[in-house]
Amino acid sequence: MSSNYLNRVLHIDLSKKIIEVEERSDLFESNLGGAGVAIKLLDEECPKGVDPLSPENPIVLAVGPLTAIYPCASKTVAMFKSPLTGNLGESHAGGRSAMAIRLAGYGAIVIKGASDLPLYLSIHGDAVKFKDASTLWGMKSSHTVGRVLREAERGSGVRTIIRIGGAGENLVRFACAVCETYRHFGRLGLGAVMGSKKLKAIVVSADKSFKIKDATSYRKVFDEVNKLVVESAAMKKYHDLGTAENVLPLNALGGLPYRNLNASKCDCAEALSGESLAEKYLARRVSCSRCPVGCIHLAALRELYEPGYYFKTTIIPYDYEPIYSLGSMLGLSSSEGLLKLTNEVDVVGLDAMSTGVALAWATEAFEKGLISKEHTGGLELRWGDHQTYIEAVRKIAETTTDFYRDLGRGVSYASKVYGGEDFALSFGGNEMPGYHTGLATYVNYLTSSRHSHLDSAGYSLDQKLVGKSFTAEQIVSELLTEEWWRQVLSSLVVCFFARKVYTPEIVARALATVNIARSQEELEKLGEEIYKDKTHFKLREGFNPSKYHVPKRIFEVETPHGLLREKDLRKAIDVFVGQLRKIGVNIPGS
Amino acid sequence: MGELKITRKFAVLDIDKCIGCMECMFACSRRFGEIGFNRSSIRIRSAGGIERGFTIVVCRACKDPPCAKACPTGALKLREGGGVLLDKDKCIGCELCAKICIVGAVFWDSGHSKPEICIHCGICTNYCSHNVIGMVEA
Repeated sequence: MSSNYLNRVLHIDLSKKIIEVEERSDLFESNLGGAGVAIKLLDEECPKGVDPLSPENPIVLAVGPLTAIYPCASKTVAMFKSPLTGNLGESHAGGRSAMAIRLAGYGAIVIKGASDLPLYLSIHGDAVKFKDASTLWGMKSSHTVGRVLREAERGSGVRTIIRIGGAGENLVRFACAVCETYRHFGRLGLGAVMGSKKLKAIVVSADKSFKIKDATSYRKVFDEVNKLVVESAAMKKYHDLGTAENVLPLNALGGLPYRNLNASKCDCAEALSGESLAEKYLARRVSCSRCPVGCIHLAALRELYEPGYYFKTTIIPYDYEPIYSLGSMLGLSSSEGLLKLTNEVDVVGLDAMSTGVALAWATEAFEKGLISKEHTGGLELRWGDHQTYIEAVRKIAETTTDFYRDLGRGVSYASKVYGGEDFALSFGGNEMPGYHTGLATYVNYLTSSRHSHLDSAGYSLDQKLVGKSFTAEQIVSELLTEEWWRQVLSSLVVCFFARKVYTPEIVARALATVNIARSQEELEKLGEEIYKDKTHFKLREGFNPSKYHVPKRIFEVETPHGLLREKDLRKAIDVFVGQLRKIGVNIPGS
Repeated sequence: MGELKITRKFAVLDIDKCIGCMECMFACSRRFGEIGFNRSSIRIRSAGGIERGFTIVVCRACKDPPCAKACPTGALKLREGGGVLLDKDKCIGCELCAKICIVGAVFWDSGHSKPEICIHCGICTNYCSHNVIGMVEA
């Protein structure tokens, strides 16, 4: 048991139905794991300019050197070319995925090709099987797929079941992959890539153990880190109300997008708040494997659905981003409506954030007469009408009409076809997250590697800077420094919620207990290198933030810093381009 | 004038607070410097889907344990306060103990072909951040 399995890469070819395990200590030694290794594997395996829905587009799943070993090292990084943006696809999920992959004996899994018949992958340690998923194909609900596989496969309690719903099968560009029912590889369309490969699900179970060489040092550092996690303020925040705690503060600040960002605060925030959801519906809090926090909030919605005392109770996960995208963005004012809509999005397997923004754009386009009932299949899209939105979600997943097929390619695409680009809230092809907080957040959306708020936390920087003076140079520097360090965290792979615990000093000490010697300075440098690797892939695929479309809407609505000016945003993008060139990245400018 | 000796045993205090983090499972194998569950004597499982919460599978410290009675070689000795202690040298790895335990709390270390049964040391309870498990008087 000398190996800790991290260096092993499991290659699966769905076209040829072959598997191969490759030792890649070179990659794990240079780039740790997670995002660092995944970008190297993606670069090797993904041909330049490839159609993201073609067999050539690989799916890389990677874990890291702290996975299954330290608290909150609970995430798996998925990388692929995104069918939504046509560029780097990277999405993280927890659940039991990371622990299961590591203890199945792998540091990464690379899935290539496309099957002729529907398959799912059954990975129990060294036993890797292709299994016929013909019976599961066409099963619209991602939940049902999970239920069937729970019975059909072994490894109860120590396995992950990653699966797609109808949206993924139908290649909706923002279909997600659902993981353990309540977690998701949500963003950028992993579900569609799985669908294009006729891959309905991936089951991985833990069946191996390995020894830590210096167990005494490990136990000591583990106790220290564990104490920091358990006693951290984040632990309390994320366990008590979860990310939904952000609804009221953001609304009070005037940074919560409402009705397709026609406003940045709303009266509905109270009903959609974490407090309100917890009091009325919170049923259980659960966690990812190896995370003592338990931030996953599950609501129980009991409803009468037929006379004669026919009640049903549905368990629905909620988080800040879906509350924003499916709630305030659509003008919902009832938490019950929000939960029902969230559930439908989960069932069909769509990314909640892109779906909400797509429906918000469609509602405004409908209001403005750019689209009509002929397009929407008879649906009258109206703010706050969750029932109609539920029907629209089904239609997006079914992709049976031109309009819903177009909408399922994202608002950037749809607005090019139907008009309304000025209020199509997407950046670099990815629908916006729930923060209209100022300059930093939009620089983040436009320039960061996933066009996600999680890349460099511009929303957080904006909030820190309220009432202070700052320069574009300062904003860009701080965003880049944050994004670089996050490359290290997502290579370990540590949940960003524990980022305040995993300082460079703690990371260096934790790595030392698993025989990886890296100084704090080396780690920080590595973050920059991994960022560069990702940026090179992005440039290869056409990344050019100076040329990206910016919807006018964001300049028309007050942020907590007042109105954002287009020239300030353009200037900051120029500064970004300049800073990348300074570190040797050859990026085009305006 | 002997000291009053209090024997303690593991107990599930409040399963409804369990978040399924598995820290107890990992803490158990950490005793041996291991990552993974081959040497872990406790399991957390969802009770038929995470929405129904969790079940903890662990030795209940039976006063008259069927596993000990099933052992053909006398390798499982009665532990004071309930449960058993394994005499590894006597164990032939027949798995009868695992088969007879109705709650499935005799786990199998396939690497060594020996049972893994909770010895009620309480280490795992130190790592439960949500007061789900603890030690009580036997």
